[in-house]
Amino acid sequence: MSEKQMHPIIKWIDYRLPVFSFMEHELHEYPTPKNLNYWWNFGSLAGIVLVIMLVTGIVLAMHYTAHVDYAFDSVERIMRDVNYGWLIRYIHMNGGSMFFIVIYIHMFRGLYYGSYQAPREILWMIGVFILLAMMATAFMGYVLPWGQMSFWGATVITNLFSAIPIVGDSIVTLLWGGFSVDNPTLNRFFSLHYLMPFVIVGLVFLHLWALHMHKSNNPLGIDAKTDQDSLPFHPYYTIKDLFGLGAFLIFFAYFVFFQPNFFGEPDNYIVANPLQTPPHIVPEWYFLPYYAILRAFTADFFLYAYTPIAWIMSAKLAGVLAMFASILLLLLMPWLDGSKVKSSKFRPVYAMFFWIFFLDCIVLGVVGGKPAEGVWINIGQATTTYYFVHLLVIIPLVSRLERPKTPPESISAAVTSKAEG
Amino acid sequence: MSDTADPAASAEIDEQTRRDFLFATTAAVGAVGLATAVWPFIDQMNPAADTLALASTEVDLGPIEEGQSITVVWRGKPVFVRHRTADEIKSAGEDDKAELPDPETDAARVQQPKWLVMIGICTHLGCIPLGNKSGEPKGEFGGWFCPCHGSHYDTSGRIRKGPAPNNLPIPAYNFLSDTKMKIG
Amino acid sequence: MRNNMKNRMTSTAVALALFGTVFLAGQSAQAAGNTPKPPAQSWSFSGMFGTFDRAAAQRGLQVYREVCAACHSLRLVHFRQLSGLGYKEAQIKALAAEVEVTDGPNDEGEMFDRKGTPADKFPSPFANAKAAAASNNGKAPPDLSLMVKARIGGADYLHGLLNGYEAAPAGFKVPEGGAYNKYFPGHVIAMAAPLSDDAIEYQDGTKATVAQMATDVSTFLAWAAEPELEERKSMGIKVLLFLLIFTGLLFAVKRKIWEDVH
Repeated sequence: MSEKQMHPIIKWIDYRLPVFSFMEHELHEYPTPKNLNYWWNFGSLAGIVLVIMLVTGIVLAMHYTAHVDYAFDSVERIMRDVNYGWLIRYIHMNGGSMFFIVIYIHMFRGLYYGSYQAPREILWMIGVFILLAMMATAFMGYVLPWGQMSFWGATVITNLFSAIPIVGDSIVTLLWGGFSVDNPTLNRFFSLHYLMPFVIVGLVFLHLWALHMHKSNNPLGIDAKTDQDSLPFHPYYTIKDLFGLGAFLIFFAYFVFFQPNFFGEPDNYIVANPLQTPPHIVPEWYFLPYYAILRAFTADFFLYAYTPIAWIMSAKLAGVLAMFASILLLLLMPWLDGSKVKSSKFRPVYAMFFWIFFLDCIVLGVVGGKPAEGVWINIGQATTTYYFVHLLVIIPLVSRLERPKTPPESISAAVTSKAEG
Repeated sequence: MSDTADPAASAEIDEQTRRDFLFATTAAVGAVGLATAVWPFIDQMNPAADTLALASTEVDLGPIEEGQSITVVWRGKPVFVRHRTADEIKSAGEDDKAELPDPETDAARVQQPKWLVMIGICTHLGCIPLGNKSGEPKGEFGGWFCPCHGSHYDTSGRIRKGPAPNNLPIPAYNFLSDTKMKIG
Repeated sequence: MRNNMKNRMTSTAVALALFGTVFLAGQSAQAAGNTPKPPAQSWSFSGMFGTFDRAAAQRGLQVYREVCAACHSLRLVHFRQLSGLGYKEAQIKALAAEVEVTDGPNDEGEMFDRKGTPADKFPSPFANAKAAAASNNGKAPPDLSLMVKARIGGADYLHGLLNGYEAAPAGFKVPEGGAYNKYFPGHVIAMAAPLSDDAIEYQDGTKATVAQMATDVSTFLAWAAEPELEERKSMGIKVLLFLLIFTGLLFAVKRKIWEDVH
């Protein structure tokens, strides 16, 4: 470290616990490629949303009662009687949706620019585990208000585990703590919902540690080789991240204050009734693509019926496995993509298929929100098939067969030529 | 080097000042925003509207006969409301001059002499003194007796003997009519 | 530079496509089946600057108490909250005192009835859900505290529903105990038309037509579901304004710091 004028107290603490020199190295001097675009803001945004969710969640837990007879009313008490309760609840509720918006953009950024490629494979894989932890957290959190969708969504998803052969029903009973989703289920979901975000914090720590090993990728996908290629994180990227945060908060605030129930379901403002199923059970929007994949596996779905899968398992189990596979397969991205060039900037064919994949995910989401009838079944099955074809066939082939354009020599060379051009 | 006529140098100083001003303004605006944003998270711990709604209790005094006490719950605490007899009022007044661990005149403790309103929590360690119901011990001074550690309170609720340091506290109350009182 | 422009255009196109999809996906959810969408009304509380029309809401409270409260509870609303609709403390005390509330047990161990106070919530017409169902052909009339948030279309839907009782079209058989309603999903609603012209006499003299009562009670119920609405929107304006200015400042600072790089 350079000869800095460290205040004697700072120096005293730092000698015993190097927090200050740690922050100096990892947050101030830390070299970051100078050519990052705004798609790189979403990692820090995700971190901030995590903090917002933790703070609002802990505060809400001061007023919430996790018992089937009191849960719904305790949430309404928060909305009506607790000082600023409505604000904190709406921030938490919409924050969940914001978290997934930010994370999906963050992931698609990674897919486009090849951020999962060596040496960042573990960084990417930890990210996938963070996504899984987020999904578990969000699923359990949605049950807590104990509305109709809370109850019936929990019933449908926990019932999925009965598809597991032999032990399926025992597992479901274990999850429920009874013979249906009821008070024991709600209580344990509250406990686990409180726990999981701290697991996410731990995973985020590992994620950042892995990131700092080999530093950020960049839009060109080439390594930062010299000092000319990078900038110190502070002040360049601290200010850029702050600006991005400001823009994001405008988007967030619009929903919290003016459309707080846009992402939600009206049925969840009805108290859970185990004896009355709502006409359409829909999960939260960020689960819709996976829900579509799950429902695509009907008995006559060609990907199931005309393959050896039909001999081994039921269509229901196939759907469950496909749903999990759709996320777990992402772990294999560094090996499915065989290209030496990281960024899609230099791989126009790969880029085209990226956008088709992106569109496929959007359509899957729309399908997941529709009742499983008529033409939506066909569209759902087509888009589900395409999803797996993209990951298992298109990426491996295109990445190995396409001749990419030549990336520039270095980041600084590219930046200078852009300034001149 | 006090060449103030040097345009390049003074332009740079202007630039520096403008930059500092911009940075300072942004930081200040940010700090104000942050403070405003933090407040709801602190205020949510203050009593909620439904708690505040129970901040006061109305008591119907009509059914309380002379010599009778009732206990009402106010903000989760027991409040003794006693319709004092003439004898009790007299002895309470006379004892103003007695040796009191916590000196206080009876007149300072009541708004209307026949109505004694006190929080029924012993000022020693928080037990509820006996003496409201007939048959309960009233202690040596005709008022209340705390069974936990033997504090004796007189007919004005003042501590006379025992470990309690203070008289039984008087809550804020006012008479809405001859037969109705609001505590809190 | 051209590349940069192309990237920006792609990003914008992507964003627009996303919004478009979300918007369209949202649309079709409403016209599920063949139940028509209720016509949009203009409500005083809609939009970024909406507030509750106090007069309409107070009339709506009168409609609720004189018509709806016979069957529908409003159990999440407390009398003291009516101060949000402009009622004074004395008025609220009087309104509350008009109802009987079960309290207890007393020192004898018995439950007793007493006059309501501002701290109490609106009383339920039935002792419990099963009693409610038993008195209403097996279907318990739902609580109305959150009805505006619990239905697609919100206040528009409520207003449409209350105005939507009409003769069934030819060939449509309405089962016993039901009534034909234009906007109720499936068209057969267990509640008979609750409103009729001049069913009540408004305290402020307004003519009590079905349409007027529907508008007023929908306004009142919109408040009951979202009493924080006015505070929320006014705070929202301040927050958005602050964020726009602050983000603008941050952008200026960012450009300043990045000057030497660009």
